Amino acid sequence: MSTAWEPVIGLEIHVHLKTRTKMFCRCPVAYFEPPNTQTCPVCLALPGALPVPNRQAVEWTILLGHALGCQIPERAIFHRKNYFYPDNPKAYQISQYDQPLCVNGSFEVPGAAGDRVVGIERAHLEEDAAKTIHLGGAEGRIHGSDRSLVDFNRAGTPLVEIVSRPDIRSPEEAKNFLQLLRQTVVELGISDAEMEKGSLRFDVNVSVRPQGSGELRTRTELKNMNSFNFAAKGIEREVRRQIQVYESGGEVVQETLHFDPGNESAPPLRSKEEAQDYRYFPEPDLVPLEPERELVERLQAALPELPSARIRRLETEVGYALAEGLVTSGRDELYSRIPGERAAVANVVMNELAALGLDAASVNAEELGKVIERRGEIPRAAFTDALAASTSPDFAAERYLAEASIADASELDPVIDRILTENEANVAAYRGGKEGLLGFFVGQVMKETGGKANPKIVNERLREKLRA
Amino acid sequence: MGGGRLIDTLRLTAEEATGLVERGEVSGAELHRAYRDAIAERDPELHAYLCTVEDADGAGVPIALKDVISTRGVETTAASKILAGYKPVYDATVAARCKDAGLPLLGKTNLDEFAMGSSTENSAYGPTRNPWDPTRVPGGSSGGSTAAVAAGLAPWALGSDTGGSIKQPAALCGVVGLRPTYGTVSRYGIVAFASSLDQVGPIAKNVRDCALLHRIIAGRDALDSTTVELPEPIELPEAEGLKGLRIGVPKELNDAEGIEPGVTEAVNRTIELARELGAEVGGCSLPRSVEFGLPCYYLIAPSEASSNLARYDGVRYGHRSEANGDVRAMYERTRREGFGDEPKRRIMLGTYALSAGYYEAYYGQAQKVRTVIRDEHEAAFEQFDVLVSPTSPIVAFELGARTANPLAMYAADLLTIPSNMAGLPGLSIPCGLSEGLPVGFQLIGRQFSENVLFSTGHALESAIGFDFVPERYR
Repeated sequence: MSTAWEPVIGLEIHVHLKTRTKMFCRCPVAYFEPPNTQTCPVCLALPGALPVPNRQAVEWTILLGHALGCQIPERAIFHRKNYFYPDNPKAYQISQYDQPLCVNGSFEVPGAAGDRVVGIERAHLEEDAAKTIHLGGAEGRIHGSDRSLVDFNRAGTPLVEIVSRPDIRSPEEAKNFLQLLRQTVVELGISDAEMEKGSLRFDVNVSVRPQGSGELRTRTELKNMNSFNFAAKGIEREVRRQIQVYESGGEVVQETLHFDPGNESAPPLRSKEEAQDYRYFPEPDLVPLEPERELVERLQAALPELPSARIRRLETEVGYALAEGLVTSGRDELYSRIPGERAAVANVVMNELAALGLDAASVNAEELGKVIERRGEIPRAAFTDALAASTSPDFAAERYLAEASIADASELDPVIDRILTENEANVAAYRGGKEGLLGFFVGQVMKETGGKANPKIVNERLREKLRA
Repeated sequence: MGGGRLIDTLRLTAEEATGLVERGEVSGAELHRAYRDAIAERDPELHAYLCTVEDADGAGVPIALKDVISTRGVETTAASKILAGYKPVYDATVAARCKDAGLPLLGKTNLDEFAMGSSTENSAYGPTRNPWDPTRVPGGSSGGSTAAVAAGLAPWALGSDTGGSIKQPAALCGVVGLRPTYGTVSRYGIVAFASSLDQVGPIAKNVRDCALLHRIIAGRDALDSTTVELPEPIELPEAEGLKGLRIGVPKELNDAEGIEPGVTEAVNRTIELARELGAEVGGCSLPRSVEFGLPCYYLIAPSEASSNLARYDGVRYGHRSEANGDVRAMYERTRREGFGDEPKRRIMLGTYALSAGYYEAYYGQAQKVRTVIRDEHEAAFEQFDVLVSPTSPIVAFELGARTANPLAMYAADLLTIPSNMAGLPGLSIPCGLSEGLPVGFQLIGRQFSENVLFSTGHALESAIGFDFVPERYR
């Protein structure tokens, strides 16, 4: 007999904070400047340089902690994480270890099959490493390369690491979680969270277990995935692989799977998880962070309505899929402004409008609502034109509605009667059983009306008159 | 303009030199030149300086800086080969404050590599010799700075003190040195040894000069998060009496094994003088501070050092060894060739003490003991204003006498370490000679009580009447 398997998925997400300056020095946070131009003694780790924490970054991390339902302990400590690598100039990263800024949260992820509450173990603040480029080697890795170049512009960029509990049970849930989290940090205004820019990165921990068992088996870590869809696919593939391993009597080995962001179909590179000893100890160059309670409360009060709450609200109007799409694409505000039948509005916002890439904020929602309401009556081209023009200051529905099709039977009947009289032979043939001739009559009517006739009404009227 | 006549660098105090400059009797440039002449004359024998600066860039009294203090455009090596040729692009805060006060740089002084040592013999560029007897060490690690001041090669200097690196060499060279309260002097730009203990402090011929220089460098620095605002401004000490002062004599610091009789004698004489000046003197005890201070120090300092010295990897500055295209091999060769034995020894000790499975028993435990040491000192300060002891158990020893035995060298800091672990300020003043060599008297105060140390030290210094010019130069 075969066991039913259940995926156990946890996520680690890194988000760059879009502070003006770096985490521990006053260099600007900048993404597209020439290499090694945004540096100073601190982020180059010159002898004697000391870190000074960025207050804005600390506040934003607390704000994010609130959004993740975390507790904000009275005291947080920066630790040194020691390891040698050319992108790590001090040979230690200032990070947080056993006393992070945010702990014990929970993040509600609405789903098609109900909400999933994902535990948040912690969210902590740290500094990003420099960027390395390895030349002349295979796969752009340091081993076997001819030489490596280091760009320290990124070194010291504030980075929040969010660690979820292994509460996610499917690739879709993982994707929903990531999308929702991304939208949350974007709306909080603390990060661009753009994967292409590297301001959002994540790793996935995957294991499987027999359904219903509470055990946690050996997990593998999936790294370097460049999109949420790709992550969902990668998880699915890894879950299948692990099930296969167990079912053929094997054991899953702890390892890291590195994906090649440039080539999604390539199998991941595997590396054995080294039990690296980072020799954490409290950073003696910094004093403990003790955020004033007044500040913590003020940040809690400043929290806007979160995307998850909005999905739940919109779900009752348009169903989960559309609600999730609207919110995680940041288009739900526009949706809410446009009057009219909700599902129709949601569909237009998610499909036609999204495709046009308009600035949602400048859409004239009131007028656009009128157009959407009478969509069935106007030619497709006129509808598309109306959408495209909806951000212009003089956009008015009337102009497009004027092109509404002739749906009034009293206007159409004389035309139809005339055409039937002029084509007696075809009328006889139709009545004799050649019903395929209906199209011919429709065509004639459309031609007569310059394409403005409502095809649905024309069909109805023709059928009725030909039956007689 | 005949200024040279007025400048006897062996005798001239920084305060007197300031007077000469202010009255226009001597220019800053003339002063600078006088010290450069003295350096040219006496430093070939002593090797107090690693490098000197030709032109005065300030109109005030010149200064020598220990070579852990970053100086823009002037090579800063921490006496290590791994930093050979490294010229900082920025000034340490203390260097900038000296510049702002108009003190031109004379040069950078020798030290034990990365401030690790008590004799300045661990310098990768050769040892410094004691001006009182060039066959002997000046102490360390700030031995270059204390020797320079003692030999009239600088009117004053800055050193840094982690386990006793200002107080101990000040004692061995017969000069005054202050290790300030942790957090009162910026560490920004100081090549780090052990961050939770490192503190820069002034070295001078007398206590008033020391206070003057401390006033220039102390105070909160936005670039060092561990600094605080001084609770009160630094005063120049005036009083000659000690009426009302309560002096505690910790048994364990004064009776410790290995204190030379001549040292005890000079210290006891000074305690007697204090009584005569009106101080109340009583005994007290710091049992755990002295028993556990040294071993805990040798866990905490190497642990932090192992992390602080990890940045010397050959990637961005300093020495780099070429190795066949493999970054790990490059790191290993660079560090093998660049570091001397003592840094290597401490990096290994510290790496071990921080390792998973050992952290709690070593680093974690040592930090707990540190709290015990702090509490024990605090209790003593409920009864006393100042605690006193010898600064060093011994006078200057001969070069090479202790290099073969690291543990014997570590014991040189036995008496300075406990109060350092508690973050407390300590002043060493010369209190006499033993076998013709200076003996240091250590005064330990409460947090931020530098003014009390200065006034006590000043009163004692006046009563002792120690001649700070080494006999061989008189």
